[in-house]
Amino acid sequence: MKYLTEYRNLEATKSYLKLIENTVTQTWKIMEICGGQTHGLVKNGILELLPKKVQMIHGPGCPVCVTPLNLIDKAIELLENGVIVCSFGDMIRVPGSKKSLLEAKAEGGDLRILYSPIEAMKIARNNPDKEVVFFAVGFETTAPANALSVLHAQKEGLKNYSILVSHVLVPPAMEAILDDKFCNINAFLGAGHVCTIMGYKEYIPLSEKYKTPIVITGFEPLDLVQGIYMAVKQLEEGICKVENQYSRAVKKAGNTSAINVINQVFEIGNREWRGIGDIPNSGYILTKAFKDFDAELKFGISNIKAPESANCIAGEVLKGIKKPHECSQFGKACSPSNPLGAPMVSSEGACAAYYHFSSNTI
Amino acid sequence: MDTTALGFNTINLGHGSGGVMTRDLLDKIIFKTFSNPYLNQKHDGSIVHFNNKIAISTDSFVVSPIFFKGGNIGELAVHGTVNDVAMCGAIPKYLSLAFIVEEGLKIEEFITIVNAIKLAADISGVQIITGDTKVVERGKGDKIFINTTGFGEVNPKANISTDNIKVGDKIIVNGFVAQHGMAIMSQREGLEFESTIESDTTNLNFLVNDLIDEFGNKIHLLRDPTRGGLASVLSEISQDTNKGVTIYETKIPLEKQVAAACEILGLDALYVANEGVFIAIVDADIANAVVEMMQKDEKGKNAVCIGEITSGHPNKVVMHNELGGKRIVSPLIGEQLPRIC
Repeated sequence: MKYLTEYRNLEATKSYLKLIENTVTQTWKIMEICGGQTHGLVKNGILELLPKKVQMIHGPGCPVCVTPLNLIDKAIELLENGVIVCSFGDMIRVPGSKKSLLEAKAEGGDLRILYSPIEAMKIARNNPDKEVVFFAVGFETTAPANALSVLHAQKEGLKNYSILVSHVLVPPAMEAILDDKFCNINAFLGAGHVCTIMGYKEYIPLSEKYKTPIVITGFEPLDLVQGIYMAVKQLEEGICKVENQYSRAVKKAGNTSAINVINQVFEIGNREWRGIGDIPNSGYILTKAFKDFDAELKFGISNIKAPESANCIAGEVLKGIKKPHECSQFGKACSPSNPLGAPMVSSEGACAAYYHFSSNTI
Repeated sequence: MDTTALGFNTINLGHGSGGVMTRDLLDKIIFKTFSNPYLNQKHDGSIVHFNNKIAISTDSFVVSPIFFKGGNIGELAVHGTVNDVAMCGAIPKYLSLAFIVEEGLKIEEFITIVNAIKLAADISGVQIITGDTKVVERGKGDKIFINTTGFGEVNPKANISTDNIKVGDKIIVNGFVAQHGMAIMSQREGLEFESTIESDTTNLNFLVNDLIDEFGNKIHLLRDPTRGGLASVLSEISQDTNKGVTIYETKIPLEKQVAAACEILGLDALYVANEGVFIAIVDADIANAVVEMMQKDEKGKNAVCIGEITSGHPNKVVMHNELGGKRIVSPLIGEQLPRIC
């Protein structure tokens, strides 16, 4: 807990809040990319403690939220056909077009909630007469472990293990947001966990092209306020560059062994983002050498399509155009017990964070 | 117990048939372990006598895994119900005990559980006075489910009700939260992690009764925050009383290792289950004395006041953090789910 408690230090956090207040002279809109950061800002009440001129816009960095509906339907299709589907916990309550994975489990599907894909391999090993699929969602952060499971499975000759891939990448999403004609974001807090894996080299051309400061930031209160301060300072001084607040975890080149594992198994490909749509070259797909581990091909489920709820404005929330409570369904037709869209389900989703913690509802 | 003398190694459907095999199981294990004048009647039920108002509470136990660090499903089944009766301001005296066993349960495991029940009941001062054993086919249970119903005599000094809660009352918790839930989580298939976190399962009835003897009706409400954790109980209280609940994050007793495990799995300790924790909502006059008295008891040594009842924000629990920020603590919707990253 050492690296956590130190970054929850009251005095240091307060002093950065004071610095922000003393530095800011005009209104700035800063987007935190990662859902974990949104959660940290709301849970710690930081949004209320910031000066009014610093407006935080919540970004698309919640893996559960951006996983397209059709992928959930595909996982459910597998469950209903006797496949053991393994998933990270917060994915299972997200509604598909007809039901969630949790409901499919209640109807008899063999769904396992895991913390690591390596556990899914164990399940495959112990159930040689069953097919086992790991629902490999997430940003760059979860890609190394998912890739590693495929590498191990290949080495071991595990024929009954495959992954349902929905990996997305942060930089293309940032570019899509910046290219949106409604975009009014002045600076970004880069996602600390993603950059722990990938480093921050790839953000330098982005910052230069769009003349936008990017501060790679952690998740604790002190991280967040320090990251915000660094962004505000750049904006006020008219500078735009990439800075690294989260230096205790992030190196410029990232974790090279993790990147190496990713590159062995995945290549860049087109991906659909829930609420945002198709973004070219915005995710990972399995390389040709590992196509045998692609659950979509193995089970012929690539064609499953699923339309979004017309009442959900998740896309606008994920792009930072609207705040969760500006949605007419927020807290009414849409709540964590009856979510219309994914941002209300995941603990990192902006809508759920607002619903659970925000003083907007006090 | 030498299991070879029993003549069977696993529980099978025959043990729930009501015939000779059932009788064999009861005589050799259940009656032998729990022997007392009520049970020894071997009747359809037991007749007991109370002099005062009685409190009754029932609970079913379905925990998985059935053996975990710090205990097993057996003692949990005793503590859970004993504590629920105690939270009514009563002294638990008798328990019913009903098993639903999945065929194939190893007899050693069954005996370990039965022995744990016996020990926990003795320590809690309760007798098992009636029971039932059913066996279901493999795949129709999860090794063993246990239901217990507790009967206790209400302490004449007690007046425990949400109706008694008033603005200004203090909220006191007896010790570290989230121990039980995280102990179970650390041993669940697929989520295992190495830790020395142990379940806090224990009986709270004697400490609670001492408090009632000392402070009487100034103790307004007692609750044990099991499933759904502290957050869910406090949310219920705010909604039931139409008053606000304010708590302070820095006051909530959380053991370091448990806090770290919650961080890793992305769980909020406020929602994690407890089995040896209770909260007391008491008159502000006696709050310090209650905390001091609890701290003298092993089961309350980490007792602390975590907040109060307010007139502001009715129906809502609001937690203040060290920074001066605040957030709503909403009731738990479904199961808490470990997050992706």
